[in-house]
Amino acid sequence: MSGKPKLTYFNGRGRMESVRWLLAAAGVEFEEEFLETSEQYQKLIKDGALLFDQVPLVEIDGMKMVQTRAILSYIAAKCNLYGKDPKERAFIDMYVEGTADLMGMIITFPFTPPQKRNLALIIERATTRYFPVYEKVLKQHGQDFLVGNQFSWADVQLLEAILMVEEKEPTVLSNFPVLQAFKARISNIPTIKKFLQLGSQRKPPPNDQYVATVIEVLKKD
Amino acid sequence: MAGKPKLHYTKGRGKMESIRWLLAAAGVEFEEEFVETKEDLEMLRKDGALLFQQVPMVDIDGMKMVQTRAILSYIAGKHNLYGKDLRERALIDMYVEGTTDLMGMIMFLPFQPPEEKEKNFALIIERATTRYFPVYEKVLKDHGQQFLVGNQFSWADVHLLEAILMAEECKPDILSPFPQLQAFKGRISNIPTIKKFLQPGSQRKPPADDKFMAQEP
Repeated sequence: MSGKPKLTYFNGRGRMESVRWLLAAAGVEFEEEFLETSEQYQKLIKDGALLFDQVPLVEIDGMKMVQTRAILSYIAAKCNLYGKDPKERAFIDMYVEGTADLMGMIITFPFTPPQKRNLALIIERATTRYFPVYEKVLKQHGQDFLVGNQFSWADVQLLEAILMVEEKEPTVLSNFPVLQAFKARISNIPTIKKFLQLGSQRKPPPNDQYVATVIEVLKKD
Repeated sequence: MAGKPKLHYTKGRGKMESIRWLLAAAGVEFEEEFVETKEDLEMLRKDGALLFQQVPMVDIDGMKMVQTRAILSYIAGKHNLYGKDLRERALIDMYVEGTTDLMGMIMFLPFQPPEEKEKNFALIIERATTRYFPVYEKVLKDHGQQFLVGNQFSWADVHLLEAILMAEECKPDILSPFPQLQAFKGRISNIPTIKKFLQPGSQRKPPADDKFMAQEP
């Protein structure tokens, strides 16, 4: 029974945010159910809705999909955001794995004990390991998009990563003129522009309440 | 320029082992160049061979591929081990993400500080026996087929066998509550390409030991 995909997660970014970005970029409307209590979560497990007892969960095309990468790959392929052949797919996969690694550092940040948090490392990785790669890719082929001269999942995820790092360090793109242009260009794509506006399903950065909710929902009795 | 894929990694399992398994399962011969010193790694980096300065790196079909999942997906797609349609692919992706999470825990164990090891070891056993293995047991039981997805050998089966063997190295009787997985293990181990990989002398690597740990550049 197809209908809108339904996303089950906490009312915040976390691992689901990349899924929201991709669906929005593809112009796919989606519904959301927010986990607020431990009982809700336990019920999902008891009902057998979570393959590995974890969220994100995305109900789409009759499947209860879990595992963020599996979900994103499916959406990308279905919505023609995965390149046109296996080699383009391979490049998209490599690029999104890079941005996922970078964003992963930021996602876990609020859940790391304060004395172990390392914002400087995140900025260093962004500016010396990740952003230079994408800057070079775009500079070398001179095209508007990362792969195959066509808008893809890789572009969506790179924009997401750029904005996330900028929230931590607003000047982070200062040495990356090609990425600055990329950021503006991709932000202006109508579906993305809409997602960046207030009132969209994009979630704000995590705050203390979000962290407390996640811990509470997932707590073991 | 076609030739054998060439794998760049340390001389141990780590993140490259799943790639060795998949290539072997697909019957693809491959070469290996071992990163043994810090200088080896720096040279690869300086040559611009490592997109994100990291290994694994697999030189395949004219691409210097990095990022384990990207490499595995490419190989699976190329060798018909990724299902026959998007939905089968989705199931395979979900299943391999699960086994990746489990194997990741086991892989990371030697790097834990000694005081955390016992706790993490117990968690591995708990996760294997209550979160992961029951899922694959049920999948196989429910459809009664030989393979996890689409009645056809796929990446998901290779990865699950790898995870089972890794878990058994932690706890030899770990499969005792899982008769389907025991049968699965027997069956998949007997596939000729897999059987060959499981024999001494293959490119399969042994579990991490102290000597391997000391070598990490």
